Amino acid sequence: MIDLLVHVRDHVTLSLAALAVALAIGVPAGVAIASAPRLRDVSLAAIYVARVVPSLAVLAIMLPLVGIGFAPSLAALTLLAIPPIALGTELGLAGVPEAVREAARGLGMSEREVRRRIDWPLAMPVVFGGVRTAAVEVVASATLAAFIGGGGLGEYIVNGIEANDRTETLEGAVAVGILALATQALLTLAERRLSAFR
Amino acid sequence: MTSGGAAVDISDVVVSYPGSDRRAVDGVSLEAAAGELVVLLGPSGCGKSTLLRTINRLVVPDSGTIRIDGEDVRSSPPEALRRGIGYVIQAVGLFPHMSVGRNVGMVPELLGWERARIDARVDDLLALVQLDPARYRGRLPRELSGGEQQRVGVARAIAAEPRVLLMDEPFGAVDAIVRLALQDETLRIHRALGTTIFFVTHDVDEALRMADRIVVMNAGRIVQADTPLRLLSHPATPYVERLMDAGDAVRRLRLIAVRDAMRAPDGAATQASIDGDGTLRDALSAFLDGVERLAVTDAGAPIGSLGFDDVRHAIARTVA
Repeated sequence: MIDLLVHVRDHVTLSLAALAVALAIGVPAGVAIASAPRLRDVSLAAIYVARVVPSLAVLAIMLPLVGIGFAPSLAALTLLAIPPIALGTELGLAGVPEAVREAARGLGMSEREVRRRIDWPLAMPVVFGGVRTAAVEVVASATLAAFIGGGGLGEYIVNGIEANDRTETLEGAVAVGILALATQALLTLAERRLSAFR
Repeated sequence: MTSGGAAVDISDVVVSYPGSDRRAVDGVSLEAAAGELVVLLGPSGCGKSTLLRTINRLVVPDSGTIRIDGEDVRSSPPEALRRGIGYVIQAVGLFPHMSVGRNVGMVPELLGWERARIDARVDDLLALVQLDPARYRGRLPRELSGGEQQRVGVARAIAAEPRVLLMDEPFGAVDAIVRLALQDETLRIHRALGTTIFFVTHDVDEALRMADRIVVMNAGRIVQADTPLRLLSHPATPYVERLMDAGDAVRRLRLIAVRDAMRAPDGAATQASIDGDGTLRDALSAFLDGVERLAVTDAGAPIGSLGFDDVRHAIARTVA
């Protein structure tokens, strides 16, 4: 039981760290793409391509570059989480009606006030959708970190495979599944809270 | 709620857009007196909206100056300038995530008014545009009809008692009956507050109904700027004549009886009389001869009076 709690803690820590770094990079990237129409098509294409690279492949590529353990796992999961976050940010901001922005400027809002009072509140549901997608993917994929010594619930699966112990493998899989579903549920709830004013 | 209007002096304004060799506004000069309602009229692409947007610096002219009560609009930061100028657009642009009350109170909020003062002001304004404050204050824009939304748009624009109000085809997206009501309300607010209004439209009848003065624009230039009566009676060019459909409007006048357009006797001075069964075409001739107001008679007995304003309103009614 203590064993399980340690693995859950490692799993969640790794996922949260990856999400935090991905937010710090993905949101500004989304803002940049949204405000540079010429950049948009190329960037979106790049994002969609990045979305189809399997996380295991990313881990394999990272291995010789950063070695094994927490750091390469974090790097790989971050790369995985950036595209949905950047995409959600871009789509959310691009979806703010031009008439609303025009009216806001006409009433005397500065560009910063338009961002803060109009753009972000209106974009938030879509941005948050991207974050939710990223979070669930990260939690599910963090399992693979165990293969390169990153710890987490994937340990059960790795150990189970090595010891040919199906029960242990299954325990790990179920635990990851529950954690991913819980993440999804929690963020959906938070999203509803956030959007309650709309 | 009397704030009065400001005089606006537009001088030699030129606007060109990047990538276009044609000037959107090509050397326009125009003065509006304090409290005047100036309609900018012309087809789409004639530069009327662009000219309007130079007044609150949403468009920056290549050259020329715009002064409000003598002060160059470039002398204050654009945000400060715009908070002092009302702005209403066809798409309304209410903030969808904010209540009606918050929308209306936005400029006072930006100006840092105290909450209680904003709340009181919002209620006054909603009442002014004929929306019951208690019912509408807390609603979201999407719960309102198109006409109600534009009422909120107008209330929001005049919240901080601007001395100049810019309206860019404000009633173009609502149906004819609602449009008439909104025009009436705008005229009522204009009379009550004395705000200087620039009103952009491509609708000739709307222009005739609203304007103290109509500025006809084409291809970035002013073709003629005159009172509605002068534009109808003395179109400066064939273009203006065609646009105003002057011949047709006059023909329409033959179809309206004086008694249907007159107002009740109110003791105003009259210079001549006309029979109630006469047509507005006959009345127009008298006005063009310099008569200000006609006494309307029935078998010699006075039953009302008629001014040019009444004729204009009657024309507008025939097409509504």
